[in-house]
Amino acid sequence: MSRQLQGLGEEAGGGVRGRARNGSPGTGDRSGRRPSRKQAPKAQGAPGKRGAPPGRKERAGGSPRPGSPRSKQAERRRPREELRKPERSTAERTSKGRRKRDGRTSFKEQRAPPKKEKETPRKEEMWKPLKKHRSSSLASSTSVGESLSEEELAQILEQVEDKKKLIATMRNKPWPMAKKLTELREAQEFVEKYEGALGKGKGKRLYAYKMLMAKKWVKFKRDFHNFKTQCIPWEMKIKDIESHFGSSVASYFIFLRWMYGVNLVLFGLIFGLVIIPEVLMGTPYGSIPRKTVPRAEEEKAMDFSVLWDFEGYIKYSPLFYGYYNNQRTIGWLRYRLPMAYFMVGVSVFGYSLTIVIRSMASNTQGSTSEGESDNFTFSFKMFTSWDYLIGNSETADNKYASITTSFKESIVDEQESNKEENIHLTRFLRVLANFLIICCLCGSGYLIYFVVKRSQEFSKRQNISWYERNEVEIVMSLLGMFCPPLFETIAALENYHPRIGLKWQLGRIFALFLGNLYTFLLALMDDVHLKLSNEETIKNLTHWTLFNYYNSSGWNESVPRPPLHPADVPRGLCWETAVGIEFMRLTVSDMLVTYITILVGDFLRACFVRFMNYCWCWDLEAGFPSYAEFDISGNVLGLIFNQGMIWMGSFYAPGLVGINVLRLLTSMYFQCWAVMSSNVPHERVFKASRSNNFYMGLLLLVLFLSLLPVAYTIMSLPPSFDCGPFSGKNRMYDVIQETIENDFPTFLGKIFAFLANPGLIIPAILLMFLAIYYLNSVSKSLSRANAQLRKKIQALRELEKNHKSVKGRATARGSEDTAKDSPQNATQLQLTKEGATPHSASQSQTLDKKTQSAGTSSSASETMLPASQHLPVSRLPNVRPDSGRGRPHTHPWKSASGKSAGRPPH
Amino acid sequence: MGNKPAVFTHEQLEAYQDCTFFTRKEIMRLFYRYQDLAPQLVPLDYTSSPDVKVPYELISSMPELKDNPFRQRIAQVFSEDGDGHMTLDNFLDMFSVMSEMAPRDLKAYYAFKIYDFNDDDYICAWDLEQTVTKLTRGELSAEEVSLVCEKVLDEADADHDGRLSLDDFQHVILRAPDFLSTFHIRI
Repeated sequence: MSRQLQGLGEEAGGGVRGRARNGSPGTGDRSGRRPSRKQAPKAQGAPGKRGAPPGRKERAGGSPRPGSPRSKQAERRRPREELRKPERSTAERTSKGRRKRDGRTSFKEQRAPPKKEKETPRKEEMWKPLKKHRSSSLASSTSVGESLSEEELAQILEQVEDKKKLIATMRNKPWPMAKKLTELREAQEFVEKYEGALGKGKGKRLYAYKMLMAKKWVKFKRDFHNFKTQCIPWEMKIKDIESHFGSSVASYFIFLRWMYGVNLVLFGLIFGLVIIPEVLMGTPYGSIPRKTVPRAEEEKAMDFSVLWDFEGYIKYSPLFYGYYNNQRTIGWLRYRLPMAYFMVGVSVFGYSLTIVIRSMASNTQGSTSEGESDNFTFSFKMFTSWDYLIGNSETADNKYASITTSFKESIVDEQESNKEENIHLTRFLRVLANFLIICCLCGSGYLIYFVVKRSQEFSKRQNISWYERNEVEIVMSLLGMFCPPLFETIAALENYHPRIGLKWQLGRIFALFLGNLYTFLLALMDDVHLKLSNEETIKNLTHWTLFNYYNSSGWNESVPRPPLHPADVPRGLCWETAVGIEFMRLTVSDMLVTYITILVGDFLRACFVRFMNYCWCWDLEAGFPSYAEFDISGNVLGLIFNQGMIWMGSFYAPGLVGINVLRLLTSMYFQCWAVMSSNVPHERVFKASRSNNFYMGLLLLVLFLSLLPVAYTIMSLPPSFDCGPFSGKNRMYDVIQETIENDFPTFLGKIFAFLANPGLIIPAILLMFLAIYYLNSVSKSLSRANAQLRKKIQALRELEKNHKSVKGRATARGSEDTAKDSPQNATQLQLTKEGATPHSASQSQTLDKKTQSAGTSSSASETMLPASQHLPVSRLPNVRPDSGRGRPHTHPWKSASGKSAGRPPH
Repeated sequence: MGNKPAVFTHEQLEAYQDCTFFTRKEIMRLFYRYQDLAPQLVPLDYTSSPDVKVPYELISSMPELKDNPFRQRIAQVFSEDGDGHMTLDNFLDMFSVMSEMAPRDLKAYYAFKIYDFNDDDYICAWDLEQTVTKLTRGELSAEEVSLVCEKVLDEADADHDGRLSLDDFQHVILRAPDFLSTFHIRI
């Protein structure tokens, strides 16, 4: 007990110290942004009150005073009290048992409203009688006890919470580091000291334990964060690119890195849950027909071309759908592979959707309304056009030039808005351009359809050449390579502003890719249907072969025949694998074409320009071929469409994601190298602003579009009868029903059946529509209210402006009468006069700081400083030009530093 | 780590992590960058927090800053007495504010200070002129410059006192679509 007492004494002393510590930064702080400033009085209050009650008892007749003076008095009295503490301690010891009970009751009655009490001191006063009563009944002083009273506890708790918050947000404070460090140390010490004092008895230990865990948790989080940032790859590479090319080019690489992360997760899902279990636990290669290369293909199965066209052994490997068996469970783990296959296929889409939407949402969070951005063209240009990332003098030169031109452009725009010359010609050209581009799009679509049809013809023949086999991929890649430049050429006709032009261009390329992809899909679908219709005959054939084999004569019936070698069993076409292979080929050829384009179009061109420049008749570097610029939009679109193909194909070719991970990895390094070695910074950089979300939107669209065909095939096409995990089922999703029926308890099955009832689903969908409608209308009304408020603010500003200008004119006229109006006005006027007389230069100079003759004008300016906020200056046309001329343009450095050096005396 | 003499104590590192947006590794990297600027000046032991300043000339020669038209201002704003000479703390401060994780408000506050060339807590027409001249390397004519400044004031000056206060500036800058992406130095 005595130890407790001692501890308490320490705590009380600590309180005093804590107050002193708290108080000093509070007074030292002048920025006024510090939340802990509020705490300073609070901190004073706590220890003050701790000492106060005895004092209050002494002067029990005294009327209740408002909080602050009381605490001040208490403060003054404290030393005395501390001296007296030992005396009191004996009395406390006797009353301790009593107090404990009392404490508990009072705990309840005071715990509830601690906050309110703090905010309204009056309430505190109401409590005072109660306290007094209690203390008198206890016969000897009780208010300073071995444990803190509850309201103090609550206050300290609050302070501790505040301090903790301060610690957590320390890095967001605009203070210099030294101040942050001292503040941090103080806050930490405070928390350390008082954390232990909180809580009581058992609660105390629990609290201490909780605090300990919280600390550990924070530490763990920090370590984890450290680890996480270390895991982010290519930071330095991206930094290099950023400093060379500015943020726009780097945004592509950041996007690429993000994509790589997403693909890694997908890869982990598919490999961990589908491919590896199959390899480890499934029946080995060659055990059943679907896992064996057929006799007819055997001799070519190990050709090198297998790596390119995914035939032979690769076709009959776990990389493709057809390899998987329809056994319900495999291995000793009884792993339900078909179920896992289906669920992984679904979750690939689920994960991609969530991650895309989440990153979109987090992108939009920061940005505010878009409509307003028009109002601030010049301001934005002024304050945000410099890219602080640039660390390369060439890029900096380009940036300077582009900023200058953009300023000039907006000035011209401002001066003569809309000088439409020969609008008919422009219109005609635009229509023509669009017509041409639509022709191109249709042509490319038809070409793809034609080629895919032809490839089906080819596939029926036996010996086909390399070109004939890969015609589809080649044509698609070539189209992707040549159409965008063609579009760009056509777009030159349109004479759009480059930013609008860029949008059109993006839209057109998007349409091209999408059209190509969907034509390809449609043609593929035709193929699938053809294969499906052939399936029956093959099924019969298989049956017959097996039947004949087992029933053939000339064999001893008593000995069972060894089963037919799996390679000899005739089998179906397995459209799923065929689709998977198509996507696989497309991905690989796309990758190769991309790399070749980079090599030829960028690297060789750069080499040629660089080295032939010595012996050429014109300047290659500045003239025609020049170096290539990095094509951001094309690359991003390529990446997006590649990802779309991955999403579409991954269900039928689980290995596709693995290939894509490799592709992204190599292209990261390759493109980083290419861009650093052979590209030049953009001459005119338009930040496709908010481009990140634009790209994400495209990605989402592509994800949705690639979800459609997969969902269609899963939902409405019967799986092949002799390959893949779903063979033998009517539809692929039957695997879920099967699992529910066989592996779940019956009541769960009933619940699922009930949930799948259309009677329930349709209302659910309806409900969703209603919710969407409701939320939509709410957001609409909110935005309307927003617009109205904005209008009001604008009107208010206008009013204020008019008012001020009138007032300003009145002041400037210097009429003596106005001086009588109000004292405030009078001082203003005087100040203006004072400022105006020594420097007729202007009132706006007022704010002397810009003059380097700060010394000379300091006397005047000093007096004017406080008024400068109220002064409606520099709106006076007659003064303005003068001030402009008088403004010194030289040596901002000197003046500023001189200023700051001369500041302290102020 | 064990065999190398530590530059910072554990507590120092923790405190720096609390006060900046950096992880331990990044702080060390920044320290080495700082140390590289003036190897003979900066000791490799900061446990006793020596009072060392790297002169502005060296700071501004960093590749991250050397092409920045506002490098002088940046150094001035973040240095202790406005002369551009930086201690390690200032250095960490600067890159913490410029880092990707720093919130908009913090960035806006410091951007305001950077564009406020004469340290009077307002961006006045003269400050704006300085900004434009620096941005365009003086390639705009005087009329154009003054026109631009007038326009900016017209757009952004909410209380019409002929200069931009911090509030005005934040009002504008928080709406800027690419402020966050451009006001950012990767280190």
